[in-house]
Amino acid sequence: MSNKYIGKAVKRVEDKRFITGKGKYTDDMILPGQTYAYIIRSPYAHAKVNSIDISHALSAEGVVAVFTGDDIAQSGINGVPAGWQVNFKNGDIMKEPPHPLLVGTGSTVKHVGDAVAVVIAESKEIAADAAEMVEIDYEVFDAVVNPADAVKEGAPLVHEAAPNNIAFDWEIGNPKAEVDEAIANSHHVTSLEFVNQRMIPNPIEPRSAIGLYEPSTDRYTLYTSTQNPHLIRLLMCAFVLGIPEHKVRVVGPDVGGGFGSKIFHYTEEALVTWCSKQIERPVKWTSERSEAFITDAHGRDHVTHAEMGFDKEGNVTALRIKTFANLGAYLSTFAPAVPTYLHGTLLQGLYTTPKIHLDMTCAFTHTNAVDAYRGAGRPEATYLLERLMDLAAHEMGIDPVELRMKNFIPPFDGVNQPGYQTQVALQYDSGNYQEVLKRGVAMLGYEEFRKAQAEAAQSNKLLGVGFSTYVEACGIAPSAVVGALGARAGLYEVGQVRVQPTGKVSVYTGAHSHGQGHETTFAQVVADKLGIPLEDVEIHHGDTETVAFGMGTYGSRSLAVGGSAIVKSLEKIIEKGAKIAAHKLEANVDDLTFADGKYTVNGTDKSVAFGDIALTAYIPHNYPAGLEPGLDFSSFYDPANFTYPFGCHIAVVEVDKETGKVSLKRFIAVDDVGNVINPMIVDGQIHGGLAQGIGQALLEGAIFDENGQLINGSYMDYCMPRADDLPMFELDRTETPCPHNPLGVKGAGEAGCIGSTPAVVNAVLDALWSGGFGHVKDILMPTTPERVWRAMNS
Amino acid sequence: MIPHSFDYKRASSVEEAIEILQNGSYAKVLGGGHSLVPALKLRLNAPDTLVDVTRIESLKGIGIEDGTLVIGAANTHHEIATSADVQNTLSFLAKGASAIGDVQVRNKGTIGGSIAHADPSADWPALLLAADASIVIQGADGTKTVSAQDFFTGFFSTILEETDIITQIRIPIPPEGTKSTYQKFVQPASRFAIVGCAAVKEPSGATRVAFAGVSDYAFRDEAVESASSSGASAEEAASKAAEGVSIMSDHYASEDYRKHLAKVYARRALVEVS
Amino acid sequence: MEIKISVNVNGKDYVREVEPRTLLVHFLRDTLRLTGTHIGCDTSSCGACTIHVDGVAVKSCTMLAVQADGCTVTTIEGLAQGAELHPLQEGFKECHGLQCGFCTPGMIMTAADLLAKNPSPSESEIRHGLEGNFCRCTGYHNIVKAVQYAAEKMSNEVSA
Repeated sequence: MSNKYIGKAVKRVEDKRFITGKGKYTDDMILPGQTYAYIIRSPYAHAKVNSIDISHALSAEGVVAVFTGDDIAQSGINGVPAGWQVNFKNGDIMKEPPHPLLVGTGSTVKHVGDAVAVVIAESKEIAADAAEMVEIDYEVFDAVVNPADAVKEGAPLVHEAAPNNIAFDWEIGNPKAEVDEAIANSHHVTSLEFVNQRMIPNPIEPRSAIGLYEPSTDRYTLYTSTQNPHLIRLLMCAFVLGIPEHKVRVVGPDVGGGFGSKIFHYTEEALVTWCSKQIERPVKWTSERSEAFITDAHGRDHVTHAEMGFDKEGNVTALRIKTFANLGAYLSTFAPAVPTYLHGTLLQGLYTTPKIHLDMTCAFTHTNAVDAYRGAGRPEATYLLERLMDLAAHEMGIDPVELRMKNFIPPFDGVNQPGYQTQVALQYDSGNYQEVLKRGVAMLGYEEFRKAQAEAAQSNKLLGVGFSTYVEACGIAPSAVVGALGARAGLYEVGQVRVQPTGKVSVYTGAHSHGQGHETTFAQVVADKLGIPLEDVEIHHGDTETVAFGMGTYGSRSLAVGGSAIVKSLEKIIEKGAKIAAHKLEANVDDLTFADGKYTVNGTDKSVAFGDIALTAYIPHNYPAGLEPGLDFSSFYDPANFTYPFGCHIAVVEVDKETGKVSLKRFIAVDDVGNVINPMIVDGQIHGGLAQGIGQALLEGAIFDENGQLINGSYMDYCMPRADDLPMFELDRTETPCPHNPLGVKGAGEAGCIGSTPAVVNAVLDALWSGGFGHVKDILMPTTPERVWRAMNS
Repeated sequence: MIPHSFDYKRASSVEEAIEILQNGSYAKVLGGGHSLVPALKLRLNAPDTLVDVTRIESLKGIGIEDGTLVIGAANTHHEIATSADVQNTLSFLAKGASAIGDVQVRNKGTIGGSIAHADPSADWPALLLAADASIVIQGADGTKTVSAQDFFTGFFSTILEETDIITQIRIPIPPEGTKSTYQKFVQPASRFAIVGCAAVKEPSGATRVAFAGVSDYAFRDEAVESASSSGASAEEAASKAAEGVSIMSDHYASEDYRKHLAKVYARRALVEVS
Repeated sequence: MEIKISVNVNGKDYVREVEPRTLLVHFLRDTLRLTGTHIGCDTSSCGACTIHVDGVAVKSCTMLAVQADGCTVTTIEGLAQGAELHPLQEGFKECHGLQCGFCTPGMIMTAADLLAKNPSPSESEIRHGLEGNFCRCTGYHNIVKAVQYAAEKMSNEVSA
């Protein structure tokens, strides 16, 4: 079968509506009779709500209702749950204190932004004005914001039920004693204490939700800026509001970016849904940006001590890590999985390290919840490994490229060679790590760079190069595996292919596109598999009413899992079509070949087009006996394994010796995301990931003061990467197919973000080392000018 | 995102604007709105009346009068950055104006609004101090002209009374051969100055150096000026920068780092004008 | 206390009563239902709300609707000439200059202002010209290319 679309840079079909201003995001909707919610939030990180007086607000003209946590509690509503359970080392179940929709009188707020009351009014102006009339008396307590501090004796407690603020502790890898011994026997040990700082995802569309209750049918609709409508419906119905799932429709319309932060079931979604029932009118809440800063789930936030042992030849002998991970005030949907199963399992990296141990303590603090942010656990693992690699190379006087090459796992394709079994539970599917590094180094022009660097070392503008090679686990995930690891949901995907009588094709996927271009990529697969024009295919997503089920989009899973589900349905379509074709052609099914949109009797010119088959399936006058009419199949695809993209990222920076200012001069990325359906879209995904990873290295990072106030909670202080902060990216790729899914694809959404951060920080350090500051081991991220200057002047 | 309620009045003359200001219990002048509107949206400020002065023709126009560059208070940063009169006479003002905020901010924000707001990290105050500019203020009691030196009085403070309107900024055109520059170390998120150093050196050697972002408000650094004016090298003169003033500190630049930057930027500016 | 304003938006005259505190972006989105102009922040930083007022790019979240009285406004909905896309709209599609689409209208409106002032900008001028607009999806790489595409196309149209 010839591919007309697969592998081609097909322009996106979704673009038309976005470039003309016709996209439809949640906040663009105004439903008939709609009211507006303003949520009153705690200005304190830790305080008891002594009293709430809503009387003035309630009597203001245009105010429809005011609800407090007491109202919610009285109606028996639960808090939002975590979707993943991780147990303590000793087997005890993790601490999972309730996360109420609104904190009631007598209870304590646990982070700045914790919701206390909601005002619902005829307009957003009235709601905002009336919110100022609600009087709340707080009794303020001390707060704790750092995960390593939180677990110390005497630290302020976030939840009574979680002594020492420990949500759970956890370990993975070889027995600790073996790793201790291997470290002790190492010729050289590179040791690093560092922080992987807290990141704020900042999709440009702030979250928004509209709850609609229709008394006439007793049905609810929730429009929400989410990455996974079905999961939201399941969690909200079964765990929070206790309403029947078949009475609820959840729609994730156009969504303006997510990066993880719109995966989770947020309290506001349940709140507007509940409120709409109380007042029997639609209720809309749209987050303001200041509000988003203190209510969206954040990412990363690890405090780590890591040691990597080497033998005399530079072979890695062992890796030992102690990390404190901050989970924030409440357990968000995927929070327990991120520092554990999405992080600890990646500590093998691309290396043959024989002994690995991670000791993880996950702590509650008086801050926003921390959950998956683009890469989710894997950037933290990569940062740890790749910082250690460049530092070890520096300490041992070995070239960082050579050190990696020496320690790489040899190439394996997962077909002729088996997958690679790591020390930390995973089995990698296929990889050729040498090749991506080789290509990256060639693109850099390594020798010339080192010459230029030596010259620059004499000036005030130092040059540095940083390397990072990564492997990650995505295409999330085999249900049985994640179930054994504590997931409270399966992680399969659903793909329905409905061939219409005229041969046009409607596809329904449980994946959700919020920038990834599914409407194009998935259509390319369908059009090629059926041999029909791309225009004859339409991809539907984001509505629980039209899509049978789904687990949504995150973990770079949409094509690997969602695309595979569609392929399964396409196979069923083609197989059934063959029976109809055989009947029409008076041939045997086994003698038919389906290619280029028609069934042909082998060795003849007798054929029937796919469109004819579709029509016959719906007008079955002359039809195979016993065969059902119609051509419409739905499939669930549960992957056999994660997929394991890998790559090499190289950063070149210039450091102003006088000011410490870092300028990113070049960024090279050679990624292998398996087979590529649309190279244009894959490159775009890499670009975006790089910008976020570079943002973490150079510009971004949440700063809480000791009282739990987010002191850079606006774009005037939290530095988002802008066009003039970044260079043009230099991209290349290799394609090592995934051996266990039908498309051979691995996933591209997070790769850029996973590999890039350590490359940039390594480059900054390399610049300093070249300039005579060889003693500098670490600079906190973001590597702001002052931090770099201080490192040089310490 | 939703301001408190207020009245809006559009003045067609300065006199009308002053009258409205006198009548409101808490009236504020609305220029380009790029300081005031964000504060209203976050409910940090709640005037009962806004007086829009941006359509008062007499507040607009850039031109040269008798050796003085005259800029109307309601001119936008963009208009100033692209004015041939500014570029030909005091190019560093154009350079400074084009370093403010971003394109959209420069298209709407005005010089009058910026200096009235007197943000310590804003660019205009330092630029006008180094330019030895005067500010023309019209108030209930008539019109007065004050030097930029006297205009800025502290952290977000100026000598403006609540009923005053800035009408013009007047800048003496320096002698032929004068060199000027504006060097800005930018706060990457807000794009305000962490350190902005404006320097003007006349052929006589007389030098004016002013800083934005360093202290509670923009200031002329007399130690640097006198050293440079009397022939000290850029390096030597710059080493005297930002001494004896209170230095701001935030998570982008602590006090000692900011002071260090002031010296670096003073040197870079002085090298540029030498 | 509402004030009557008349505004020409995308070639159409509108007369409406507005509260003085109504932001122009809310007027466009909620009153005129032109929802292509987006709100991404509350500090005049992100540029998602960028439109043209009397021909220049401004952040409509930092302007009151009453300030637009008598003005000519162009939003993303008014950029195409009928069915024919503006070269920037075409460039964003051709060069994959958008992903989630949320920043796109503001980005395109700012780029239009840039090309009006500087028809053949360098890469660095494009990046500097877009400093008032955040995109979280693209890393700006393809946005720069999209603007270059449009600049090229517009200069060909002029010379043709």
